[in-house]
Amino acid sequence: MGTLTIGCFPGLVGNMTYDFALKLADAAVTKGHKVNIWFSGNATGSVKAHQKHLKDYSTGEKYLKALIEKGVEICTCEACTVARGIMKTEGIEGVQWNAMHWYLAKIHASDRVLQIGGE
Amino acid sequence: MGDVKLAFIVQKPQYKGETSRLAITHAISYQTVEILLEDGDTVTPKLCFIGEGVLGLEGKQNAMELYGITSTESHMKNTLLVDLDVLICKEDLAKYGISESAMPDAEDMGADKKIQIVPFAEIQKAMEEAKHVLFF
Repeated sequence: MGTLTIGCFPGLVGNMTYDFALKLADAAVTKGHKVNIWFSGNATGSVKAHQKHLKDYSTGEKYLKALIEKGVEICTCEACTVARGIMKTEGIEGVQWNAMHWYLAKIHASDRVLQIGGE
Repeated sequence: MGDVKLAFIVQKPQYKGETSRLAITHAISYQTVEILLEDGDTVTPKLCFIGEGVLGLEGKQNAMELYGITSTESHMKNTLLVDLDVLICKEDLAKYGISESAMPDAEDMGADKKIQIVPFAEIQKAMEEAKHVLFF
């Protein structure tokens, strides 16, 4: 089995790219691969806890928690996140906070990298 | 595992989205990644600008004075200060009528490294040599 690292940059709401990234991560980890997800840019807005899942909008929280339960490592760019007014104490439990070198370090150990661009 | 080569390919203008800027800052972070790696392991990115990605890179920017934020120019200077290889597509600069001499350098900050304006074939080579290619 391999290691896949996904760099996820799009926002949670307004496109389906974010949803795709999480679905892909779930498929990979379910097959037995090691999966890492790095959030940067608008994707970091998705790490805030207590999201209300309105059916008209994509949601991140319940899927992120499920991925963490399955062993997926998820990390958000601290600078991108606090720039959006989200503090670590408000974040979803289990999501790591770090700097961009976390992403490069995971890439170093990965067999495949998917850079999923944002807006 | 040793060194892992990466190619960061910026295709969008700096002023059209956040990710083009993030390509620069992510590439710069190669300087500190070693704290998370085993001894002897390194990451070596090449930061490449192609297509519309060559837009907005010129020197003499005044983002701090006018908007209170760092300019793309200052980020480009930082790449040179940390000895990052920065490749800008020569054909795409010509396509948009941008003078090669308009590209910034960081001599005033003491950097020896220069931005490299190269034919696309050189950027293609960087992609072929990289283990992973990241498009921004």
